[in-house]
Amino acid sequence: MQPIFEVRNLKRAFGGLAVTNDVSLSMAPGDRVALIGPNGAGKTTFVNLVTGNLKPDSGEVRIGGEAVTGVDAIGRVRRGLVRSFQVTRLFADMTPAEHVALAVLQRSGRAGRLFGNFLGMPDVMAEVEELLGKLGLKELMHRKVSEIAYGQQRLLEIAVALALKPRVLLLDEPAAGVPQSDTGRIEQALADLPADLAVLMIEHDMDLVFRFAKRVVVLAAGAIIFDGSPSDVTKDPRVREAYLGSYANASHAA
Amino acid sequence: MTMTTTNDLIATAPARRRFGGGDLAGLAVILLVAVLGYFLFPNNLALLTRIIAAALLVLSLDLVTGYCGVATLGHAALFGAGAYAAGIASAHYGINDPLAMLAFGIVAGAVAGLICGFVILRAHGLPQLVLSIALIHLFHEFANKASSWTGGSDGLSGIAPTALLGLYEFDLWGRTAYVFGVALLAVVFVLLRLIVRSPFGMLCRGIKEDPVRVRSMGASPKIALTKMYVISGAVAGVGGALNAISTQVVGLDSLSFTMSAESLVMLVLGGTGSLFGALTGTVVFMFFEDVVSAANPFHWLTMVGALLIAVVLFAPKGIYGTAAAFVARRKEAQ
Repeated sequence: MQPIFEVRNLKRAFGGLAVTNDVSLSMAPGDRVALIGPNGAGKTTFVNLVTGNLKPDSGEVRIGGEAVTGVDAIGRVRRGLVRSFQVTRLFADMTPAEHVALAVLQRSGRAGRLFGNFLGMPDVMAEVEELLGKLGLKELMHRKVSEIAYGQQRLLEIAVALALKPRVLLLDEPAAGVPQSDTGRIEQALADLPADLAVLMIEHDMDLVFRFAKRVVVLAAGAIIFDGSPSDVTKDPRVREAYLGSYANASHAA
Repeated sequence: MTMTTTNDLIATAPARRRFGGGDLAGLAVILLVAVLGYFLFPNNLALLTRIIAAALLVLSLDLVTGYCGVATLGHAALFGAGAYAAGIASAHYGINDPLAMLAFGIVAGAVAGLICGFVILRAHGLPQLVLSIALIHLFHEFANKASSWTGGSDGLSGIAPTALLGLYEFDLWGRTAYVFGVALLAVVFVLLRLIVRSPFGMLCRGIKEDPVRVRSMGASPKIALTKMYVISGAVAGVGGALNAISTQVVGLDSLSFTMSAESLVMLVLGGTGSLFGALTGTVVFMFFEDVVSAANPFHWLTMVGALLIAVVLFAPKGIYGTAAAFVARRKEAQ
């Protein structure tokens, strides 16, 4: 199948230190890929390079076959590459309905309209109610975000991303900071993601990785050291070394 | 620059419609206060018209500062551009129809908004504030030097608006100017209520809270803020043109740093991020200034300072913002 998302030989160095070192990755529609790696592996830099928040020294990023390396972050979102944030970035004074409506309006080119209100736009409201309903947030749709629980805010992050109708979704630790009791709802939301959507999830929680991903990519010291099935990842000697190394350092520092 | 706002009071209302009962009540209050002002101060209509012109400037400032979080101490540039454009159209080109002068003011304000927005939006925080101060000084100096057009420090005179709609002369008592001002304020208020509740208004509130989040939704904060600056300029231009038409003179003070700073003080006094806050702050500040300066010409600035300190300490959301928050809490408690 034609890849929907491709990264070719991506390189980026900071002061001589190669933080992303010749990374190549390809995803097809419907792929469920987990990107893992020890702390300092270069995951955040990789995400910033892919989303257009950082320019690579060399290499190429493609969305739907189109090279977007020279396209800024906003342009990449408009081409279907959408991300969620590790720490929720929501508008505290706005409601879940407003968040999703803003995303829907932006996607449909109506966010710049000077008159009218989304509450009076049946198509926008239908989509807002459907998305928030699916994620169990409909009851809270008119509450301020600062008044809803953190787990629900994480779900709203997913709702906003989905409202943009992405082709490639980058989920940055979608369950980070959520109490154990609430992770089930988030896992359900991940399981219910559209089947044709390519999803790249950056995650530390290995249980979640194994339940969600059909493919695992391991990043260490800026390079991909493993790209394969979840069942093989723990057996791979390089992966074990990368993780054990970081554990050894951590215990030494402690 | 972070400020406490009253946006949340609007944001939480679940059933917002295009123009609801609350808006009509607000418009009714504005008109009622205007009628009361007309009958209570028949000999002081010039002051009331000046308050309306200032209110338009403060509303305009609220759009960029209160709703979008842009820090500026140079907003009078937009007001002054409107005032000079309306004045120059009349004094130099003989365009004396007040509505045509108003149109010149709106366009000039919008263009000044575009220029200021282009410069100011290149920075954030303190550098943004410094850019705005630099801009107001540049505008001021330009108006001062271009004296053949603007009259320089003597002010621009020779402004002679004809009768409004060919029917109502601008009389010595300032009745026509006052009614014209009230009508302009009402129209601007209704339009701004629609805009701040529109998808664009929602986008701007999002930008104020987190521009990075807005970018990740595929929207450009810079384009949206520039657009808001142009709208804000048009509103300030209405105020400037009203000032030129009603006083028939335009002075350099309409393009001054002092006026910019005072408009920010009025906004904070009333409450940022709310159109009613902007109106309340303007009326209270200008009335207070007028009454106190007449009562005690030597120490009135001390009293104005004391009022500001009291409001900032005891009502940090501004007079309207604090009152609205109090009412909202009472409603919630019930």
